[in-house]
Amino acid sequence: MTPAAARRPGSDLRGVRLHVVTGKGGTGKTTVAAALALALAADGQQVLLMEVEGRQGIAQLFDVPPLPYEERKVAVARNGGDVVALAVDPEAALLEYLDMYYHLGRAGKALRKIGMVEFATTVAPGVRDVLLTGKAYEAVRRRQDKDPVYDAVVLDAPPTGRITRFLNVNSEIAGVAKVGPIKRQADSIMELLRSPRTAVHLVTLLEEMPTQETMDGVAELRSAGLPVGAVFVNMIRPPLLRGVSLQQARKGTLDQIDVAAGLTAAGIGHSPHVVAALLSEAGEHAERLALEKQELKALKSLDRPLFELPWLAEGIDLSSLYELADEMNDQGVA
Amino acid sequence: MSDDLRFDVDALLDDPTTHILVCCGSGGVGKTTISAALGLRAAERGRRVCVLTIDPARRLAQSLGLRELDNTPREVRGVRAAGQGALFAMMLDMKRTFDEIVEQHADPQRAQQILANPLYQSMSTSFAGTQEYMAMEKLGQLHREALADNRWDLIVVDTPPSRSALDFLDAPQRLGSFLDGRFIRLLTAPARVGGRAYLRMVGAGFGLVSGALTKILGAQLLNDLQTLVAGLDSVFGGFRERAEATYSLLQAEGTSFVVVAAPERDALREASYFVERLQTDAMPLAGLVLNRTHETTAADLSADRAAGAAEVLAKAKQHSLAASLLQLHAERMRLIARERHLLERFRRAHPRVSVTTAAALAGDVNDLDGLRAVSSDLARPS
Repeated sequence: MTPAAARRPGSDLRGVRLHVVTGKGGTGKTTVAAALALALAADGQQVLLMEVEGRQGIAQLFDVPPLPYEERKVAVARNGGDVVALAVDPEAALLEYLDMYYHLGRAGKALRKIGMVEFATTVAPGVRDVLLTGKAYEAVRRRQDKDPVYDAVVLDAPPTGRITRFLNVNSEIAGVAKVGPIKRQADSIMELLRSPRTAVHLVTLLEEMPTQETMDGVAELRSAGLPVGAVFVNMIRPPLLRGVSLQQARKGTLDQIDVAAGLTAAGIGHSPHVVAALLSEAGEHAERLALEKQELKALKSLDRPLFELPWLAEGIDLSSLYELADEMNDQGVA
Repeated sequence: MSDDLRFDVDALLDDPTTHILVCCGSGGVGKTTISAALGLRAAERGRRVCVLTIDPARRLAQSLGLRELDNTPREVRGVRAAGQGALFAMMLDMKRTFDEIVEQHADPQRAQQILANPLYQSMSTSFAGTQEYMAMEKLGQLHREALADNRWDLIVVDTPPSRSALDFLDAPQRLGSFLDGRFIRLLTAPARVGGRAYLRMVGAGFGLVSGALTKILGAQLLNDLQTLVAGLDSVFGGFRERAEATYSLLQAEGTSFVVVAAPERDALREASYFVERLQTDAMPLAGLVLNRTHETTAADLSADRAAGAAEVLAKAKQHSLAASLLQLHAERMRLIARERHLLERFRRAHPRVSVTTAAALAGDVNDLDGLRAVSSDLARPS
């Protein structure tokens, strides 16, 4: 990482039009995608936030009714700028896709009748993934009066374990279909996905499994030639112990008498079981911090911009999305 | 927690009529760890156990001696098995399981053709539901082996990591109904009946459909697809029968489901869906494992009092260590309160489901001792 990038991790993201956000389940992938969309929309930008897994996660986060397959404005960013949301419905996307690229009209309906649409959208995820990536491609390229309709598109993508396969599906298709319209379409989607106009961001926690998955995910993306963007470390809790106390907590040598005296001074008495409980909770906290430090070091070794997002005790609602977006803007997302 | 609502894990594991335990839950809740912990405990209490894991974390797999995917159960070393007890473990190799079915159901020449088809290669690993289907298939196979030579008398199944726990139950049928569907019949029709019958079957839509398919897929790809589908045709009957047989295995006596959840809103919501579904399908639920809960031995010091005391000390600028510890305790108490609240909500919706918990650990479980600790946590009386 260059010193400049280290100071402002977001500087790497300039010029990116398609932000793909992935992460292990439970890491807050959708929340980060939504906050990123808000951060990118700040100062008058138009941002499309897409979800593809049929969970209506965006609607829940922005506290709006379930989204139809239709682009809808869900939030206004700081200093004006819109976040438009789209929950992609694979079946509708398939018919739209067939119509757009093959002008099938009635034949599309016939395909649905014989179960091909169902097959394509529920059984064969390859086809599904082609549609979903195709939809993102279309949104990035959409223009009105020669100007792009969206300054950026944020894709709340499948989890880390499936992301490379998801993004790479078009290159597989291009391999199977050697000529024809499918191949042409697949090639142009791959070209966008492999270009610097795309960045694949990974959301993680400072825990062993999510970190390991992030490391594996980055390696996979890199070997598939897909551009790795930033790492978003989510739900970071501020350490409550530092320095010597932290070391002592880890070793179990904290000064019990001092703690007991503190409890008395605070007016809550110092029953031995409370002192013991506090010390053991401190020990667990210290152990957790030590592990977190190790995970953070591993993540830094990836040599990618790293954003640190705080843990929000009250859970996630619309106002906390703005809080996270501000945090991203402060750390250099623009 | 009153006793009758406590999930008695040991009673379940010791019951000689328990033959299959299926651990379900949404992704990331620790299903694999819980299945391994249950399997280890059962073995150390004298059962002969086979644990079928789907996608274990690398270090957990190593601790079970699973260095590679070889699709065959291996005995786990370091188990302090009681009596006849033993623990076997295996990691599911989806593709190999699929290949084996093809080899069993098609004649050698045809099997060769199928396995070599490039479309088969991607289909066998990437169709939605393949992993679930193959997990069920493997379960059926392990069960038949158990019946044949008593190699094990308890199979613990970890289910594939999917967003929804219901996928494990639904995906095989979805795949089955697709294999049975008109799309497939249409694709296989030219090879089977040909000519006019084919036309009649798909009716007036034929020209439209075939034109559309050729346009989208290209003639070559469509041809490859037809060849594959025709080749798999002989296997399909077998697929469906077996999917149905295994599904009924899940409803049979001796099978119990363990639903695993983390004390988080989404995970518990998934657990709720799953519990309801088991009731609908008359599948026996053994209980809910709430994994990674937080605990304290100073529950009498409330979050508010601890936070207040921390503030007093901070203002007075003294006893900074005690102040930090009080703040930590306050945070933990709040977390515990949130987790209890979520569990209470679940209990109100499902008052008859028994529950046990496993405490959150700072790090991941990577060895047999760790699994033992988790399992004794699961089995401890309330």
